[in-house]
Amino acid sequence: MTVHPQGPPPEQPTVAPDRFRPGTGPADTTVAVVETPWRRLDPRMLAVGPLNGMVGLVPLVVVLLISGQGDLTRLWVAAVAGVLVVLAGVLRWRTTRYRITPDRVELHIGWLNRQRRSVPRDRIRTVDLTAKLLHRAFGLSVVQVGAGSGGPADEAGLSLDAVSKAEADRLRRELLAQRGGAAAAPGDAAGAARSTAVPVVPPARELARLDWAWLRYAPLTLSSLAGIGAVVAAVFNVAGDLGVDPRDIDAVDAAGERLAAAPVWLAVGGLGVLLLVVAALGSLLLFAERWWGYRLTREPDGTVRVKRGLLTRRSLSVSEQRLRGAELTEPLLLRAGRGAQCRALTTGLSGEGGGALLPPAPRAQAHRVASEVLREPPAEITAATLRRHPPAARVRRLTRALGPSLVLVAAAWVLTVSGAGPGWAGPVSLLLPPVALLLGVDRYRNLGHALTARYVVARSGSLNRRTAALQRAGVIGWTIRQSPFQRRAGLVTLTAVTAAGVGGYDVLDVGAADAVTLADAATPGLLARVHAH
Amino acid sequence: MTSLRYPTVAPVVGQSGGMEQLAEPVPAGAPPLRAPAHRLSPRARTWWRLRALLNGLVPVVPQVLALAVLGDAAPGWLGLTTSVTVAAVLAYTVAVPPLRYRIHRWEVTDEAVYTLSGWLVREWRIAPISRVQTVDTEHGPLQQLLRLANVTVTTASARGPVRIMGLDAQEAAELARTLTETTQATPGDAT
Repeated sequence: MTVHPQGPPPEQPTVAPDRFRPGTGPADTTVAVVETPWRRLDPRMLAVGPLNGMVGLVPLVVVLLISGQGDLTRLWVAAVAGVLVVLAGVLRWRTTRYRITPDRVELHIGWLNRQRRSVPRDRIRTVDLTAKLLHRAFGLSVVQVGAGSGGPADEAGLSLDAVSKAEADRLRRELLAQRGGAAAAPGDAAGAARSTAVPVVPPARELARLDWAWLRYAPLTLSSLAGIGAVVAAVFNVAGDLGVDPRDIDAVDAAGERLAAAPVWLAVGGLGVLLLVVAALGSLLLFAERWWGYRLTREPDGTVRVKRGLLTRRSLSVSEQRLRGAELTEPLLLRAGRGAQCRALTTGLSGEGGGALLPPAPRAQAHRVASEVLREPPAEITAATLRRHPPAARVRRLTRALGPSLVLVAAAWVLTVSGAGPGWAGPVSLLLPPVALLLGVDRYRNLGHALTARYVVARSGSLNRRTAALQRAGVIGWTIRQSPFQRRAGLVTLTAVTAAGVGGYDVLDVGAADAVTLADAATPGLLARVHAH
Repeated sequence: MTSLRYPTVAPVVGQSGGMEQLAEPVPAGAPPLRAPAHRLSPRARTWWRLRALLNGLVPVVPQVLALAVLGDAAPGWLGLTTSVTVAAVLAYTVAVPPLRYRIHRWEVTDEAVYTLSGWLVREWRIAPISRVQTVDTEHGPLQQLLRLANVTVTTASARGPVRIMGLDAQEAAELARTLTETTQATPGDAT
């Protein structure tokens, strides 16, 4: 590698191998003479790393200072901790090196406990750029390289924390550059040369951008629960760090006492309303922080890119070749509001929660985005007409929903009748079975699967309905599971195994024969010899 | 041990009729898949028995110790739970290993690695040869004693590994060797 599109930072010579640089230790001479020089993280990390550490130390220091009241040893402890944090930051910067060779991305970290990570470039699936507030203030960005899973642990991916924004952008383009084309001879120089020679390629095509009207979906997602969690945890953390028990604060104490004195229904109702308000506010804030400036684009270099974030800016680039499908998730409330979320199924993303393509948005938008990203009509993927599962599946959903609720009802009545529990436990528990019944019915209604020209589509779930459309070419195996109950009902759970997303997508309670037919048709030839004719 | 002979290429069932006795009728409610061709080593039963007994010690020993230490002061229910635990462990040790041996099967065809396992919850796993990334053999201490081994065939999926547990050690090594050769001949990164 000899050419850098943005020009190398002055303190990082790119032509001389690392061992010729002043100040490097003798250990570096063990590095063989190679064309690709090692590079360091951005020197601004010398400030950002320690500052980040300091922020973590602030509560400790505050507590030490407040509770110490002039005790000198406590001051010393705080000072030493600060110095250690700074030293650790410097040491980390000094001992971290990375380079991109024609075949691999390599990262060496650590001084006493040296870690060497190396990811083959042809395994790279995603590049995720994240800039937290502090990083942004210094113009830095964390580069997370996601690679195909399943291989040895050191090939699962690596993270550079952090490099300059320009360098991060260069890495993103270089690492995801499609190889093997006529213009792209394999090799690093070619990739780098291409990005310099053609600085203005055809502009990225926008597939979606933020519509603030979508804010109305924010309270309907599970993130409203996370909102409560975040707010409560923050309050308790701050209080705990400051050594304050909320019960010691008079106002809180008085409110608590009034609440305890009020009738039960009023207390519960009041708390409920309070929680709802906190949840709604929290979810709106989280939505804004996560999705501010959201843009989904198709880049000319064959990647799909999601940019978003208010305080923490994120940019996720997914190589289109590595896209294996899309998944629509509809938590119950969001589904009731006719909204949905959409995420990409790809390797190199940490399954749950990773790869979001769209904020909570109208369902039609989610289908449209999935269709744009996968270049398939919606009816071929997430909006495909699904086949219902056999009636035995309904019986199974109902028994599985009702069974536990009936056990709870019985337990509640035992408590009530025996006098061990409150008198209302039994009557109130009678509300459970109807809810469970509705849930079971809904779960059955949502079960379905389809096989389209290039995709396997499966849907299940009620509280969180999921519709996964997985490329047939991305299926790398099948698992069929059958419990004794399923055997009696003639059902199985078929799992399409894949390298993308969570690693496998279930077709729940499908007819035993249908499962084999589906798997056989989706991956022709694979089951030919094991099929019982 | 005489010469190793097991087909890595499965016979085509249902057409030639030569291997028809291998194909058992599919029980009602089960998926219409023929059982894989090969059983595990017969010694796997001993391994499962020993393992069940050893695992059984975990709940049994503390209870027995408590009974011994407390003597007459031990509560009445402790004797009951101890005997129930011992009975359950023994019943499992006697009944489940033969059942497992009857059910567990494996096979490598031209296209796929194919296994059936689970004495209570049945699990059929099929992984295409072309997508196999690594093949590992391993044997725990008990297995070494019994000359057994496990073969783990990994694909690019976190949920995809196909495990054949309780093979004859020599057979396992041979299987791993052939599988590795086959997969190395297949280009691509198998995702």
